[in-house]
This record gives sequence, structure tokens and C-alpha cells, in this order.
Amino acid sequence: MSLDKATVARIAKLARIAVPESELESLAGELSGILTWIEQLNEVNTSGVEPMTSAVAMTLRMREDRVTDGGDPEKVLANAPERTDTFFVVPKVVE
Amino acid sequence: MSGIVHGVTGDWEIVIGLEVHAQVIASAKLFSGAATAFGAAPNSQVSLVDAALPGMLPVINRRCVEQAIRTGLGLKAQINRHSVFDRKNYFYADSPAGYQISQYKQPIVGRGTIQIDLPDGSVREVGITRLHLEQDAGKSLHDQHPDSSYVDLNRAGIALMEIVSEPDLRSPEEAGAYLRKLRAILRYLGTCDGDMEKGSMRADVNVSVRRPGDPYGTRCEIKNVNSIRFVQQAIEVEAARQVAVIEDGGKVEQETRLFDARKGETRPMRNKEEAHDYRYFPDPDLLPLTFSQEWVEEIKRSLPELPDEKKARFARDYGLAPYDAGVLVDERATADFFEAVAEGRDAKQAANWVMGDLFGALNKAGTDIGHSPVSAEHLGQLLDLMADGTISGRIAKDVFVAMFETGKAPAAIVEEKGLRQVTDSGAIAAVVDQVIAQNPDKVAEYRSGKDKLFGFFVGQAMKASGGKANPQAVNQLLREKLKG
Repeated sequence: MSLDKATVARIAKLARIAVPESELESLAGELSGILTWIEQLNEVNTSGVEPMTSAVAMTLRMREDRVTDGGDPEKVLANAPERTDTFFVVPKVVE
Repeated sequence: MSGIVHGVTGDWEIVIGLEVHAQVIASAKLFSGAATAFGAAPNSQVSLVDAALPGMLPVINRRCVEQAIRTGLGLKAQINRHSVFDRKNYFYADSPAGYQISQYKQPIVGRGTIQIDLPDGSVREVGITRLHLEQDAGKSLHDQHPDSSYVDLNRAGIALMEIVSEPDLRSPEEAGAYLRKLRAILRYLGTCDGDMEKGSMRADVNVSVRRPGDPYGTRCEIKNVNSIRFVQQAIEVEAARQVAVIEDGGKVEQETRLFDARKGETRPMRNKEEAHDYRYFPDPDLLPLTFSQEWVEEIKRSLPELPDEKKARFARDYGLAPYDAGVLVDERATADFFEAVAEGRDAKQAANWVMGDLFGALNKAGTDIGHSPVSAEHLGQLLDLMADGTISGRIAKDVFVAMFETGKAPAAIVEEKGLRQVTDSGAIAAVVDQVIAQNPDKVAEYRSGKDKLFGFFVGQAMKASGGKANPQAVNQLLREKLKG
């Protein structure tokens, strides 16, 4: 499968990664190469094989419903570039 | 409101499907140990997992899983003992991870049904497509500063159940009935408080129109509608818009729209469709969610009697009309109150008092049955006082008003105000004689054939006795004495 420049530009936008126009062509080539490898994997017959979800046979561990965290807005806000009281402040994002 | 839009070119049928987000009742969040209480100080209920700091790993809350299973059982749905969490990728300021943990292809609950009650007393089955668990987002405040938004992550990471219906609904009324029934089921189960004002239940509404019998038309999704009344208005407005577009020779575009209740219109959301390419993939931080059939059975055994079963039982055991039974079971507190009043008494009379006088007084006072100044025990005692002839039905209304105001027992009010019914025929006869003596011309008219005046005499006699005379005795004596 091969990707065109427009598709690469769209993926980049969705991922919020700035890709200069000059790099779109080469990136399209690299991504197409990766997709070709995946297509190659698709050739293996996996009917009747359970998807592997973990390297070790384990099940999802569950936590009890107890409040054990939170209560420290200072810690949460420690790296905030901007704040007011205990709110994060970001550029206006109203719809 | 009806399910048919009368266009210029003929009739159109409305097709509706609902996606309801219901906040799960649990002490802690879906994947972190931070609290879920409403109204806390900004960012005071946030763990580093909710703030998506690097290196933090989600660990699922057992109670949230149990609540989803419980809800699935209440919706008579298939429970999937193997389900998968996926990342739904999008960027927004109140979603710090850049993705929401949700379930995409393998949800925890599959197909189920809800039975909705329509105003004409009939019922209809509506299909549930699925229920899945996901995280809520944080809250953005846009009105605090001219060019900044403030973000509070207290809500970020709270567990939500997204409950998706089949496109089985055909009118705004049916959509309303569906939401009311779903809310009642969630409240009975104790899995969501159903409070739409606080946002713990919100609906996305899918609307399309078609000629009756045709395949489905193109649908639009109206996002985040926060009351049943608005859902119904939004459907009406959107269906009319789509009919107008088609009849003008246009095409309905599949898009996400917002409902503006003030202007009574829907309009497209500004962000482009491409933002809805969520690029789901299984969350590598979470293994598939699996649990035993024994656990499911254990939860099943703990389910309460649900609204539909209770309604059927009220109709069967108490002889109530389906509509009345439906009203009484809508809230569990009302159903329990009614049963306490009806126990060992005339159930229909109990239903009339609960739905009539009590609901009326509660509405007027702006409160609900959980805060009723009249207890079920006291209302039952009032019915007993009528049954044994201590007071008449008319006096009971006055006693009820006093009970509502003071919270006192009915017997105490009857004694205090001297409202005991007069059954002594000598005393009643005296009153009747007095009324006849005071109205000689009316008596003459009555005797010359104006039968309708009888009611006048009854009224006068009741008034003269302060409403305390036994009405049957008054009737009987008046009839005898007026014969002359």
C-alpha cells in the first residue's frame, strides 16, 4: 500500500505534528514502506490463533473502589506553564 | 409532537437513536484512586494518572466494572466476559492524555432491550446496541477570561457508561419515554444518579427522516443535550430542518450539530469532520478485561425488583391502571411510599391520595417525596380515619393540608381542631331543621318540583355543621324532612 502526500499531511495534522511541505514526499515513502511490511505479515495464516495481548499469561488486575489519591492540586499543577488559583490556564479553545 | 413531519410533498417519518453517557456511581475514578464527588475545588480530585503525567499507568476500578455488568443485566443484555479497552485519539485542552480510554470493537455489554411506556398505556420494546465503559473528560471554563480558558480536571477520568440504542425510536415522545425509563432503571440499580442538570446523564441524539417504508436516510448527530425536554425539542427542530432541505432539492449532510434551545435551532459544529477520525487502537497499558460467570451470577442475584416488574406487580396485586402503576414506579422512593400506604388498605384510594393530593402539595412546595412532610405512616392513618367514619372525605382534605404544613399525625389534628365527624342523628336533625326553617321559599320551590335544589340544602347543612356532619346522614334526613 502506498500513501500519497495529502494523506501524510492529514495524518500529521491529526497527530498535531508540524511536517514541512518539503518532507512530505520522503515521509510518504517511509510510511508506505512500513505499511508494506505489515501487509507482508498479513500473509501469515492466523485463523484459529488467539490474539496475543501480553508476553506472559496474565489477566487485568483490578483495584478496589477506594479514594487513595488526589487532594494535592499543587502537585498536579507543578509543571503547568500557566495557572490561576488552582486552574490550568490555556489559550481560549471555545467551540 | 408526533413522529410524522407533514412536508409540502407528503409525510416523512422521523428515525431516532440515542447515545446516553451515564456517570457511574463509584467513590473513585475508572483508572485512578482520585475521588469523584461533585463540586470539589478545582483540580483537588486529580491523580497524576488523570493529569496524564508521563510514566503513570491506569489500574481499573473493580466497582466500575461491577456497575457496568449490573446495568447490562438490568437492560437484559448480553454480558461480554472478555472486552477490550481502546484509545480514542483527539486533542482538546480538557483531555490531557490526547486520547480517551474507551471501548470500541469489544464492549463489556452487548445487545439488550428497554421497554418504554407510551401515554396511551401501550408499551414498546426498544433495542440496546451496546454499553461500554470509558473515561469522562475534564471541564473547561471559557467565560472567566477574555482570551484564556480555565481547565479543571476533577471530572477527567470519572467512569462513564455509554449506552447506545438502536434507531428504533420514531417520535420525540418515544425518545422522552426511553430516557425516562433508562433513568429509572439506572436509579433503581444504583449505577447512575441520572441527574441531567449536574451532567451525570447526557444524551447525543441521532436524527434522520425518510418516507414511511423507505430505507434509513442520512443522519445528523446532535451533541450533548442535557434535558429530556431539550432532547424532544431538538428532534422536532432537526427533523423539520432535514425535511425542508430535502424538499428544497438538497441533500442532508452527515454531520455533528449543536442544539441552541434559546434560538430553537440546530447548527453545525465548527470543527471539521476530519477531527472525528479517532484512530482507535487497543490501549497497550491495559490487558483485556475478563471476569468469571460466577461473578456475573452473584451480581444478578443482588438486582432489585426493576420498574417494569414492579409496574406489572402493582397492576396485578393492587388492581391499578397501567398508567397509574407506571407513574408510581417511576421513582423507587414513590413506589416504596405508595406500598407503605397501600399495605392492608384500599390500594386504589392510596394511589389516588399519593398521586393527587401528595404529588400536588409536593410540587407546589417545590420538593420531592424524599422530603415529604407527610410520612407514609401518617397518610395511611388518614385513610384509616376515613375508613372508620371518624372524618368524612371532605374533612380529610383539610386534615391533609394541616398535616403537610405541620408534619403532625392526622388523629392529633382531628382532635385539636375538633373535626370529628358528627354521626349523632339528633344533632344532624337539628341542623337540617334549622336549614329548612331559614329557607322557606327554597323549600316551597323544591316541593313544587324543583329537584335540583336538593344540592343547595345539602350544601347549607354541611356548611352549618362546619363540614363535620356525616354526608349520608344529612342526605337521608333532608330527603325525609323535605317531603313535608
